[in-house]
Amino acid sequence: MSLKISIPTPLRRYTDGHGLVDVSGDSVDSALQSLLDQFPLLKQQLYTEDGRLRSFVNVYVNDDDIRYLQRTETTVRPGDTISIVPSIAGGRGR
Amino acid sequence: MNWQRKRNRSQSGRVKLGLNQYSESSLQSSAVELPSAGSVVGTKPVQRVGNTPLLRFESLTAGLPDVQILGKAEWLNPGGSVKDRAALNIMETALRSEKLAPGKRLLDATSGNTGIAYAMAGAARGIPVTLCVPANVSVERKRILAAYGAEVIWTDPLEGTDGAIRRARELHEAEPQKYFYADQYSNDANWLAHYHGTAAEIWSQTSGRITHFVAGLGTSGTFVGTSRRLKELNPGIRVLSVQPDSAFHGLEGLKHMATAMVPRIYDPSLAHSNFEIATEAAYSMVKRIARFEGILIGISGGAALAAAERVAHEVAGAERNAVIVTVLPDSGDRYLSEKFWTE
Repeated sequence: MSLKISIPTPLRRYTDGHGLVDVSGDSVDSALQSLLDQFPLLKQQLYTEDGRLRSFVNVYVNDDDIRYLQRTETTVRPGDTISIVPSIAGGRGR
Repeated sequence: MNWQRKRNRSQSGRVKLGLNQYSESSLQSSAVELPSAGSVVGTKPVQRVGNTPLLRFESLTAGLPDVQILGKAEWLNPGGSVKDRAALNIMETALRSEKLAPGKRLLDATSGNTGIAYAMAGAARGIPVTLCVPANVSVERKRILAAYGAEVIWTDPLEGTDGAIRRARELHEAEPQKYFYADQYSNDANWLAHYHGTAAEIWSQTSGRITHFVAGLGTSGTFVGTSRRLKELNPGIRVLSVQPDSAFHGLEGLKHMATAMVPRIYDPSLAHSNFEIATEAAYSMVKRIARFEGILIGISGGAALAAAERVAHEVAGAERNAVIVTVLPDSGDRYLSEKFWTE
């Protein structure tokens, strides 16, 4: 089983249209880095210039917000799905 | 009491005791007919939609003596946002045309404020409401919708409002007899609420001195309706739209038109120019306005004021007495669970 990140529609223009991307890593941080290695243009969408996740970017491991786990240090394992969800309900990118 | 003495001087001969007869107008002239014993007093909340105050933001124009920035305080509508205007007009127009008739439910897609407005007005008028809402709207919004008793269908958070729009269309197509699909993105009653309401209020509140109108684009109803009317009243007024700077953003209620499903009511030929505002710039403005003006505005209002401030600096020195007016769609208290307050 692989570790996956699900991508919200406004960001799929930066992932060649993929809604689900296979990544490697044992923490949220390393999984996100694996995502950026594959799709470098995502970096400025997801992170501030000083390298923090932007305030409106929420990350979930399965159904849980990492804010209530160990944030980006949260452990992940094969079979988990990480979701990137904007905190608001913006439009669709297509 | 003063009002009793005045009533005693009334020559109508219909003076009766009882506080329910008291009204403001009866104080003004002894010749005024007093209301009959059975008349009711007070206001219904939906009668309080519109006529919001026009607030002056002096901290944004320090050093620019000939420039004023003003904002309509739309959170003072009874449902807490600018969306009361469109939602109420959509509902009333549909009732008049009997598209919304007994036995039908009002259906629409919304990311929150319009839903709250429909739910409030529906509760007040006994009209059942079904809303398609992305599941990632804030907890505050979910609880308000539940309190008003609306039926909510949660849609995929990864697809945003466009996913909610598709779900509402599917529901309507499957059971057209069950629903009146309000479709705020295509319904002319949306922009007409601003054409007849918001624009007229701004014209009157500035005594016709408005020189620039700045507003964010979501359904585009506020921008389109207000701009159309203001341009008719004075073709010299410049109208400027505000959008997020990219498809992925945190400006609740605003749309990045280049990448989103474009609302049918949107008219791209209206704006003289368009500002693209970064989410972080809007957050920063929200915090500044709270700290230096003592006003808690919402995030899209922060984006609108950030654009208005840019206009102020552009026009400063170039023309005299610029009066820049924008619309502040809701209050910051709808976003208190957001992370930016503490980051």
